[in-house]
Amino acid sequence: MKGLGYRKFKNYFFSSLCTVMTLCGLFFLAFILTDIIIHGINGVNIELFLKDPAPAGVEGGGLRNAFIGHLFITFFAVIMGVPAGILGGTFLAEYGRNSKFAKFISIFADIMVSVPAIIVGTFVYAIAVKPFGHFSGFAGSLALAIIMFPIVLRTTENMLSLIPWSLREAAFALGAPYYKVIFQVVYRGAKAGILTGVLLSLARVIGEAAPLLFTSFNNNFFSTDMKKPIASLTVTIFQYATGPYDTWHTQAWAAAFVITMTILAITITARYIIRGIEK
Amino acid sequence: MASSNIEKDFKSSSSRAFVGNYKSPALVDRFFHVLTAFCSFLIIAVIVGIIFVSLKESFPAISQFGFVKFIFSTKWDPVREIFGAGVPLFGTIVTTIIALVFSIPLSIGIAIFVTELAPQKIRGFIGGAIELLAAIPSIIYGMWGLFTLAPIMANYVEPFLQNSLGKLPIFNLLFSGTPIGIDLFTAGIILGIMIIPFSASIARDSILLTPQILKESTYALGTTHWEVIKDVILPYSKYGIFGGIVISLGRALGETMAVAFVLGNKNKLPTSLFDATTTVTVKLANEFTEADKDLYLSSLFYLVLLLFLMSFIILAISKYLIYKSKRAKI
Repeated sequence: MKGLGYRKFKNYFFSSLCTVMTLCGLFFLAFILTDIIIHGINGVNIELFLKDPAPAGVEGGGLRNAFIGHLFITFFAVIMGVPAGILGGTFLAEYGRNSKFAKFISIFADIMVSVPAIIVGTFVYAIAVKPFGHFSGFAGSLALAIIMFPIVLRTTENMLSLIPWSLREAAFALGAPYYKVIFQVVYRGAKAGILTGVLLSLARVIGEAAPLLFTSFNNNFFSTDMKKPIASLTVTIFQYATGPYDTWHTQAWAAAFVITMTILAITITARYIIRGIEK
Repeated sequence: MASSNIEKDFKSSSSRAFVGNYKSPALVDRFFHVLTAFCSFLIIAVIVGIIFVSLKESFPAISQFGFVKFIFSTKWDPVREIFGAGVPLFGTIVTTIIALVFSIPLSIGIAIFVTELAPQKIRGFIGGAIELLAAIPSIIYGMWGLFTLAPIMANYVEPFLQNSLGKLPIFNLLFSGTPIGIDLFTAGIILGIMIIPFSASIARDSILLTPQILKESTYALGTTHWEVIKDVILPYSKYGIFGGIVISLGRALGETMAVAFVLGNKNKLPTSLFDATTTVTVKLANEFTEADKDLYLSSLFYLVLLLFLMSFIILAISKYLIYKSKRAKI
């Protein structure tokens, strides 16, 4: 055994090392966020939301087409991904509870949560773009829906399992069939939790660019036709940030600022709800 | 399980006994059962679909180049239609290794700090803040990397590394060349920052599983705080920590946009960490919509297939490790 002084020194040394590492992590977060705010806030003005892009290299213009396109793509992704996720999660937590099949699906869903988003993009390209011969907004929504689906499914499963069995049994005792128990007892009790899952999956897909590159592609003009290529904020950020013009960079930073703040707001709201559930 | 028997009894009897507005609750219930089962089955459908589609689409490339020849060949020539995945695979592996080397000590340090060292009041806050790193979209990391981090790397960090570590053997090869900031090293660092929250939060969760009584009985022997962490907590939670690292490895492999900004897309084997090259994901992002020939697109799908299999296997391993860590008994 080494001397006490040496052991105490080692204790202080490694404790401070861990503290420094945490400060490092926090530093990166603060660095990235302040960077986005400093660069982005100047570009945020009313024109950004209300005007379509000016011709390349010309001053002015906005990103109305990208904001609207992004809303459309996300909206249809939610319509496709969220109900499927909630219903699938219901099966895992209720009808299929304790079955091998449900456990199996649960594990695969967990893996799907972390599968690279770009793979989903290429998959949707093969099934929904290539056969039709052109990119479309719906294909983009489908890709995002596939990414949302396992996240909603897993959180729904977890949240439904938190509802105590005695509640369900009380409803069974009144003679209610299982689906009524699920709708009127389980869903009602777990609605805040399900909402959290939806919010978290939304926060994840709002910032995705990779799955949209080959599905909804891009469009420099204002369009609401989901059967045609449509602009999205993230793909526009990619195009503008790697492009040569300063006005493009300013607008890309502004769009990055808006998108990051939206996502942080959604994530923090979801965290807040979760904390309420855990208490 | 007792409750499941009770539930079964209730299910069969209640369906018959219930008298309500519906003509046949049992039928509605059966319909809902099938509907939910179908929705959960969609997960399998998507996975099988991805494998099937990428196999089918990459079939011409597989039959043309085979497996070994494809993964080791460094030629990528769309004009003469010769394709090999050597460079993107190498780029993916190197960026992932840099990311892991950078993120592992940080995330374990953070996990120890928020579970053992930080004052109780700020633990939740710091943990939440670190997890916010995972909420920032990868395209934002990419932009930040291109406009902010790359100049810093080119002007300060990389010349500094060349002048210090770069004087040593081996390192002088790794750090050779002109530092431009758009290179493997910067890409690896950005990936490293991105994956910190994944490994840190899983490490934190498994450290929290260490039984209090184990820690207390070790303190009773007169050990220091660090000795308890090193000899009790870390060995106890090693599977979980390792599982978290493997998950973050899977994340780093498949990350696209963050790397696409800072790596260029150059199909040349890098000779130093300060070289621009490409990764599987960057190649896909840049070339997928430009692939005009069938064999070209097919080779890109071959890359998709390889990437999917790699990340799937790695994520499955991490799930197994985390599962094992949760079942660990004293």
